[in-house]
This record gives sequence, C-alpha cells and structure tokens, in this order.
Amino acid sequence: MTARRKSLLAILLGPGAFWITLFFLIPLVLVVVYSFLERRSGGGVLWSFSLDAYVKLFSPTGDTLINDFMMILLRSLWWAALTSFVCLIIGYPLAFFIALQPPSHRTAYLFFVLIPFWTNFLVRTYAWKFILNNNGLLNNLLQALGMKRIALINTPTAVLIGLVYGSLPFMVLPLYASIEKLDFDLVEAAQDLGANYVRVFSRVILPLTMPGIVAGIVLVFIPVSGQYIVPTILGGGKVAMLGNLLAQQFGPALNWPFGSAIAVVFMALLMVGVIFYLRGDAREEEVGL
Amino acid sequence: MSEIYDVELRNVTKKFGDFTAVKEISLGVRKGEFFSLLGPSGCGKTTNLRMIAGFEAPTSGEILLGGQPVSQLPPFKRNVNTVFQNYALFPHLTVAENVAFGLEMKGLAKDEIRRRVADALEMVRLPDSGAKKPHQLSGGQRQRIALARAIVNQPRVLLLDEPLGALDLKLRKAMQLELKELQRQLGITFVFVTHDQEEALVMSDRIGVMNHGKLLQVGTPEEIYDRPANRFVADFIGDTNFLPCRIRECQEEVAWVQVGQSLQVKAACTQTLAQGKEATLAIRPEKIHLHPPGSEGSPGEDVFAGRIVEAVFMGTDTRYVVELEPTIQLVVRFQNVNAAAERFREGENVVVSWQPTSARVLLS
Repeated sequence: MTARRKSLLAILLGPGAFWITLFFLIPLVLVVVYSFLERRSGGGVLWSFSLDAYVKLFSPTGDTLINDFMMILLRSLWWAALTSFVCLIIGYPLAFFIALQPPSHRTAYLFFVLIPFWTNFLVRTYAWKFILNNNGLLNNLLQALGMKRIALINTPTAVLIGLVYGSLPFMVLPLYASIEKLDFDLVEAAQDLGANYVRVFSRVILPLTMPGIVAGIVLVFIPVSGQYIVPTILGGGKVAMLGNLLAQQFGPALNWPFGSAIAVVFMALLMVGVIFYLRGDAREEEVGL
Repeated sequence: MSEIYDVELRNVTKKFGDFTAVKEISLGVRKGEFFSLLGPSGCGKTTNLRMIAGFEAPTSGEILLGGQPVSQLPPFKRNVNTVFQNYALFPHLTVAENVAFGLEMKGLAKDEIRRRVADALEMVRLPDSGAKKPHQLSGGQRQRIALARAIVNQPRVLLLDEPLGALDLKLRKAMQLELKELQRQLGITFVFVTHDQEEALVMSDRIGVMNHGKLLQVGTPEEIYDRPANRFVADFIGDTNFLPCRIRECQEEVAWVQVGQSLQVKAACTQTLAQGKEATLAIRPEKIHLHPPGSEGSPGEDVFAGRIVEAVFMGTDTRYVVELEPTIQLVVRFQNVNAAAERFREGENVVVSWQPTSARVLLS
C-alpha cells in the first residue's frame, strides 16, 4: 500500500474510529472496570479491587439458587425472546404480504411501517398508556360494546404489547429484505416436484428467508432486553426488566459497581448468542446465500 | 375419443385481464412423443406449458393428462415435471438434495432415493457432482442437474421451458442431440417450448407453431417446413420468398396463379380458392434452380427467364437475387458445386426453374 493510500485510509476511517473509541470503547472499559471496584456510599466508586458486585449477583438467597437480581436478568431475556417470537409471528406474514405487492405499492407499505418513527418513542408509549388504561380508549370501547372492562395497564400483557409495538418495524424490515429477494420460481419448482403448500414453506421459503429471520430476531431481541421505557410506563414498575434494575442501581441504590456487574454479565450472555449468529451467518456465506 | 393422449388440450383459452394469452387451443400429444411448441416470444407457448404444469388455470377449456381431466389439480398433484428456463435449482441444497427433492416428497425410502439420485446423475453424466452446491456449477452443468431433478421422478410428461436458451451456441447444439437421445432412452413424453425454429426442427417428432395465442399448425418437421399452412409459418420457419399473386384457376390441390404482369405460375395449394382472389406465392430459396440462358430446366419444372442483380458468396452456397420482372425478385440459394469461374455473376441473364410442388399458394 502506498503512503498516499495509507493517509487516505486514515482520513476516511479516522472519524469513525475516533467516534467508536470515545463513545463506545471507553465507556465499555469503564463499566467493566467499575464492576470490579468497591461501592462508594454516596454514589460512584472507590478505587480498590473487589468482587463484591459479582458475589452479590451470583449468591443464592435463602433456599432459591437464583436471587432476585439474577431473576430479573433472566426474565429480561425471556421477555426479549417472547417479544421476538410475537414480532416474528406478526411480522412474517406482513413482510410476505408487502413483498408480494407490485413494486410501486411496496414503498407505500414500507412507509406505513416506518411512520411511527416520526414520533418520539416515549410519547408513543404514553399513548399506549392512554389506550390501555382502566379508563382508557380500549376499555371505553369494550364498555360501549357491552363487554367487561379488562385490567391491562401495569400488567405483563401491557408490557408485551408495548414491546411488540415498538419492535415490530425492526422485525419487518430485514424480513422484507430477504423475502423480497426470494426467487418465486423456486416455489413453483418445489410444487412441481410434489411439495404441498406446507412443505414448500418448510423446505424452501423458510430456509431461504432464514437470514432475514435471524437478523430480525437479533434486531428485536437485543434492544428489547435492555428496555427501560416500556416496563416503566406500561408496567408501572411492577414488571421490572434489566433497564429498571440498572436505573435503580445507578440511581436510588447508589451501587455503581453492582450496576456495572449486571451490565457486564448481561453483555456476556448476549455475546454468546451473537457469536452463534455470526457463525451461522458465515456458514451461509460459504454456500453463497 | 379414439386415441388417449398423454397430454390433451381441449379448446383451452387463457386470459390475463383483457389480454388473451392462449386462444381456443386444441392439441393432443402422443405417448413417448417429442413435441415442440414453437413461436416468437409472447405467443402463448409458455403459458400453455404453465397450464399443463398447473401453475396457471385455463380460463375455459379442459386439460387432460393420460385421459384424466386435471384443470382443477394443483401442480404438486400432477404427474408431470418441469425443467425451468432459469433451472430454478434450490440454492440452499446440494446437487444430490436437489435431485432427491421430488422423491422425498413422494416419501420413498432413503436407500431407494440414494440409488435413483445416483442413477439420474449418471444419466446426465455428472455422477460426482452430488455434494456440490448449484452455484459451484457451470451453466451447462446446472442445466443437466435441472434435467436430472425432473426425470428422476419418472413423470408421465416432462415439460421443458426453453431449457437451452441460456447456453452458448456450441453447448446448445450438443445438448439438443443429448436431450433427444435421452428422450429416446427414457420413452417419456416431452413437451418442449422454444422460439428457435432450428432447435424445434432438429429435436421434435412433431411441432406445434403458435402465434398471438393461436395454434397455427401441427405437424412433423418436414410437414411444417415443406407444407406450411400459412404465411406466418412459412416465414417463421426457414427463409421463404413471398410473391403477391392472383388466382387464375384452382382445382383441388393445384393452382395456376399470375405473378406480376405476365408470369403464369403453377403451384400447390391446400384448399380450393376462388378465381381472382389475392394470395401469396411462397417458395423456398433452396428449391429454385439456376441455369444458363436458353435452358429448359428439368422435366416438369416451371421455367422463367431472369437477370441476377445480386450475388453473395456464403461458403457452401451462394445467395443470388434474381429479377424476373422489375418488381418481382427472388432469393435463390445455389450450392457452390461448380468451379468459381462457372458461377453466375451479377448482371448475367439466367433461367430459373422449380418443381410446381415446391411453390405454394398461401392465403394469410
């Protein structure tokens, strides 16, 4: 590489590298370092090595093997998985429908999927609170129709609705991208070879759109597992997720090392999943998908 | 019905909105026959094939396979297989898995599947390709695998949608003969769609020529070439001279027509035509013979005097344009059997001759 190309590369990559170092790498290192320090009672840390935070996170309480903190962490994963699954069930037919439209219509449908992003997520979540409230839109509608009111707000169901609502576009877009690329001649070829509708889907469509499914799940799962706004507003603090736990440790509980340790353990758990994803992706790269 | 066809179309019409892709086609393909549907792009030949496969339902009419009506059956319940124009191999499966797909759908035993897949790959002369993915194969190899994937199911009818269209000329020629040989071995009925008239002539037992959704003529390659039913067929298959003419007399299969100012020509016709009717005289360039001035031609031939206005040397033969009258010109292909010095030159006077059966009166 010539010196000229080297300097050009440095100019082009410099800002990005600087950005990642300043806003991602340094905070990340800080979090890891904090998790091994001692708590300072007024907030912040004392600069002496300590495993207290990890001990606290992994030590059983009473007769249960997993303490409440770890439980919240695992529950967050469960909620993220559930949200991903529901988004996939709703998003797949939707993405398929859009991909089957004439090209001129597809843009319009994708536009509708993206419209919610024009409004701040916090505002939209409050809107859901008004819909789901005991005296909200939904219950008033039910009453008007002569049905019983249902208590939704501050329940796990309300949180799930909010999480699915917020994540659906992140599932639909990658799904759409992979379904739109699907060669429908292959569907005909499979039918021609005797595959009924179920088998055409399971043997041809599903495997060929798997990259979109995996990408959609990653894009939904990771942000949802750290969600703070939805469980706070629609769960009323009764449905605690990882985000709430972190906010509590860095806020009222003033236990920065413990908060950092929770973040580190959670990151490690996610990393395992992402590594699996990337290895699967690399395999597909080999076969030219 | 006197004869049970492997594939039969009865008065089949297919419309897409206002557009009629296939118009009232009736057609029977015999068992073990290599049948080609030939026509320019957009003539409805592929729509026809897709209706037989089950990807499209006819707007009206009935399609029968082995005498059984199938218009209501989905593709996966029909005993036919298709070789697609773009091959449509499954990119996520290996070659062997591709070929095994149809057998797996039938629920055959694993050993049986393995044996038949190996046989099919052997038959298309790619026995060692089973573990590869389609994208690792060349175009010609993919074509063979698409063929293997279809014939491994031993369908009643194999449908081929311009399967050689994506191959280069040399490979295409080789595959034409190979396909024909394979069809002979297997005894499977082939319905082959192509826009390449030469391909259809080389491979087919019978050809159906289509244009604008209509089936214009069905016949053996010889019939189609020597006795085209109308001007489109004559024009689409091979080269032909078309001369406007008027009927002077027409009895059964022989007509006397007037061409230009003064030429009286005897020609074959397929129907009795009214005197004075305008028609077209068609004659193939290679059926016309050239002689030096004063020649009488061979016995029974029609003979006319003319002058060569153009001569183009083309290797095995020379292409002449001969003017009989100021507005009447004929293209003649004459084999270069004589020495160069004895060939005709531009501006030379000549005599042209042909058998009356080589000239045909066509209506449209």
